[in-house]
Amino acid sequence: MTAALGKDLIGLERLSPDQIRLILDTAEPFKEVSERVIKKVPALRGKTIVNLFFESSTRTRISFEFAEKRLSADTVNVAATGSAVQKGETLVDTAKNLEAMRIDMVVIRHASSGAAQFLGDRIRSNVVNAGDGKHEHPTQALLDLLTIRDKLGRIEGVKVCLVGDILHSRVARSNIWGLTKLGAQVAVCGPHSLMPRGIADLGVTVLRRVEEAIEWADVLNVLRLQLERMEAGFIPSLREYYRVFGVTVERLAKAPRALTVMHPGPMNRGVEIDSRVADGPHSVILDQVTNGVAVRMAVLYLLAGGRPELADAAKGPAAGGTD
Amino acid sequence: MAAPLLLKGGRVVDPSRDLDEAADVLIQDGRIAAVGPGLGAPDGATVRDVRGTVVAPGLVDVHVHLREPGNEDEETIATGARAAVAGGFTAVCAMPNTDPVTDNQAAVGFIVRQSLRAGFARVYPIGAISVGQRGQQLAEFGEMVGAGAVAVSDDGQPVASSHLMRTALEYARTFDIPVADHCEEPSLSAGGVMHEGLVATKLGLKGIPAAAEEIMVARDILLGELTGGRLHLCHLSTRGSVELMRRAKERGLRVTAEVTPHHLSLTEAACERYDTHAKMNPPLREAADVAALRQALQEGVIDCVASDHAPHAYDEKEAAFDDAPFGIVGLETAFGVAYTELVQGGALTLPQLILRMSTVPARVFGLPGGTLQPGAPADVVALDVTAGWCVDAARFHSKSRNTPFAGRSLTGRAALTLVAGEIVHDAPAAAQA
Amino acid sequence: MSRPERTTILDARAVSRALQHMAVAVLELAHGTDDLVLIGIQRRGVELAERIAKLIEQQEGVLVPRGALDITLYRDDLQTVGPKPVIGETRLPGDLTGKHAVVVDDVLYTGRTVRAALDELADFGRPKRISLCVLVDRGGRELPIQADIVGKVVKTGPGDRVDVMVQELDGKDQVDLVRGARQ
Repeated sequence: MTAALGKDLIGLERLSPDQIRLILDTAEPFKEVSERVIKKVPALRGKTIVNLFFESSTRTRISFEFAEKRLSADTVNVAATGSAVQKGETLVDTAKNLEAMRIDMVVIRHASSGAAQFLGDRIRSNVVNAGDGKHEHPTQALLDLLTIRDKLGRIEGVKVCLVGDILHSRVARSNIWGLTKLGAQVAVCGPHSLMPRGIADLGVTVLRRVEEAIEWADVLNVLRLQLERMEAGFIPSLREYYRVFGVTVERLAKAPRALTVMHPGPMNRGVEIDSRVADGPHSVILDQVTNGVAVRMAVLYLLAGGRPELADAAKGPAAGGTD
Repeated sequence: MAAPLLLKGGRVVDPSRDLDEAADVLIQDGRIAAVGPGLGAPDGATVRDVRGTVVAPGLVDVHVHLREPGNEDEETIATGARAAVAGGFTAVCAMPNTDPVTDNQAAVGFIVRQSLRAGFARVYPIGAISVGQRGQQLAEFGEMVGAGAVAVSDDGQPVASSHLMRTALEYARTFDIPVADHCEEPSLSAGGVMHEGLVATKLGLKGIPAAAEEIMVARDILLGELTGGRLHLCHLSTRGSVELMRRAKERGLRVTAEVTPHHLSLTEAACERYDTHAKMNPPLREAADVAALRQALQEGVIDCVASDHAPHAYDEKEAAFDDAPFGIVGLETAFGVAYTELVQGGALTLPQLILRMSTVPARVFGLPGGTLQPGAPADVVALDVTAGWCVDAARFHSKSRNTPFAGRSLTGRAALTLVAGEIVHDAPAAAQA
Repeated sequence: MSRPERTTILDARAVSRALQHMAVAVLELAHGTDDLVLIGIQRRGVELAERIAKLIEQQEGVLVPRGALDITLYRDDLQTVGPKPVIGETRLPGDLTGKHAVVVDDVLYTGRTVRAALDELADFGRPKRISLCVLVDRGGRELPIQADIVGKVVKTGPGDRVDVMVQELDGKDQVDLVRGARQ
């Protein structure tokens, strides 16, 4: 039997709509596991999983760790925050060391786009991308998709607008792939200085103002604005950003239809999102967190199946090297 | 003195004299003695059958990085010169971004001495524009030229200061050497690792916009006009740069430009799957840029092809895309890529390609060579343009293997390379050995 | 190998009689309905448990609590079969501590499914007793597990297959034995 997802989960760009739906459907029964008194099933008993976080992320790491533990896997956390060691060297050496320790899966978070792919091409273990640079954050998009499906009953035809710093956002890229593959209508909205080149070619509409987004959308997915963006000169100030692009109660009041508001966290209250919105009736932000564990359980569970015969094929010529 | 050598039965292509005919080439005392059909062999001459090959002036590469001194694990002058003749090049110009920087007469002299010791291709040093390539104080052009430098450049680094660029162009006039600039506006390109376009957006990599190059091309052309200096623009990569060059040439300015084989053949798509062998600066651009560069080369808007041979150690490229260094090796694939893509692709004729890879670059940098005129140094290449070959990086003479063309099938490679009448590369002999 | 040969071992009426008998046996085993909980194993065990509950209700006037158990995540053979694409629902009627849980399944074969079900039930509390009730016992056990209540015993070989069909999912109540089917 071939594994349903292949060896690694690097991004949603390379998944088919059926594979994405399979993950979401598999996540459903896992939601129930987290509601049990004993929140644990033995599905991944004896598997060893390394959570390799080169970039700090409390929330994603904890979510993965819960998912792993609720599947009875043995987990090790490695926090290798960018020290004096050159990032590239660390990655190669880490890959070789992990391989030598015969682990089953690696969950990797790294500041460089392509790091998960790099690791996946070089080790036999399954690799799950927990966010690589500005590239993809597939499990975040999957939990966003699950939350939209829970709330609206469907994804096809739903109008979803991603609001904020699209340029630097891996969450935005993964959401665009996942949503468009499942037939949603997707728009992006934010300052043009934070819009990547050619974004419209990915099949999304570019909206100029957040008011237009609110008028158009069924779902707003509000992205975190990194404070460094202001220092790098992409926007003049956080204050002005909130004035022009902040998702506020007053703006939402003008929405022509019921609007669902999501945020991948952690939030900058009073920058991209008004606290009254984050904690208000539009918000499904905590449902996203709950769904995160179920989606990650589904991904780990699906990747665990049929692994051995795929590992060799996935190694490919790139892994061999010349010396 | 070595015995005379008669190259018999080839198709002789010498763009310097507009020659393309079946002819023999007689070499004596390190110089071209005669070119013509049915030449007789003088007493004691060695006769070499070169039927089926194209006999041309040796190729000239005005832009290579040989890494010595400083990074001899990646390349040395000797290995670079050996790789050059394997690629059909009889002369190369070594960029000064070595460690330490080639910014004084002693450093230039070191390269000259190392290349004489190595043999193979002629290696001409290029001196730095600024001391330490730091973009502040002019290096001593006069002393460097005295030691053998043929041009100045801060390549690898853009000349950010317009004042410095102006001064360099003016000061270089005394020595009548070209000032070669790597056109990149650093505040626009900072942090960028590939072309700013759809592929970068998908991969989540920071892009370098075409404008980062074009702003500097425009600036340099204006400064060239202001100063009357000999301006040479390195590795142009965008259609916008081509347009700026076209206008400059139409106005009769003294500006020349080069383009690399990879910018003539690859696009940003090569970066997909984060292949660090497609990471270079300037970055691989879009299909429309490739088309414009090819046309510009055909029309002479861009003067010549240069490899920008940039060796890097295996483990440096074995990294995340952001962390890998820019650049690829090119000496041993340049002619094959250019012949396959441009001549077989219908963009250029073979004589036009040899013009752009030999005669013109020699002329632009004022080097001997680029011609089979009797009396000229016998820097000659016999090119096999019939047999296909597969790029096997493990067999490179270069110390480094960082090429995006590994595994590619190419047509066109050097069968025989002669420098000053000496055979320095003999592919059929090597194959038999 | 010869073509698979299909014979019906229980028709609709025989299934009905077997369930009647099983319902009575469950009541006797549990001494009435007070602590009784019926738990069906996904898929067809869930429907059979529902049927038995209805029969008990007709007789006793009490609808006993029912649950459904999907044992996919408790299987011991994930590596060899790979994950089942979609996992069924697990739903239990509250804490099982102190209850008499009767696990209902369609076919008892190797015993591995029951082993997994026992593991899973243990994560939902501590029943005072767990019993096993199956429609067909086809032999071939690989674990020391026996059913307390059996509708029909059939002798089978490893190449045979027992197909249980229920009205709710398959449109008819019937049990077929397929010889030489290579499961």
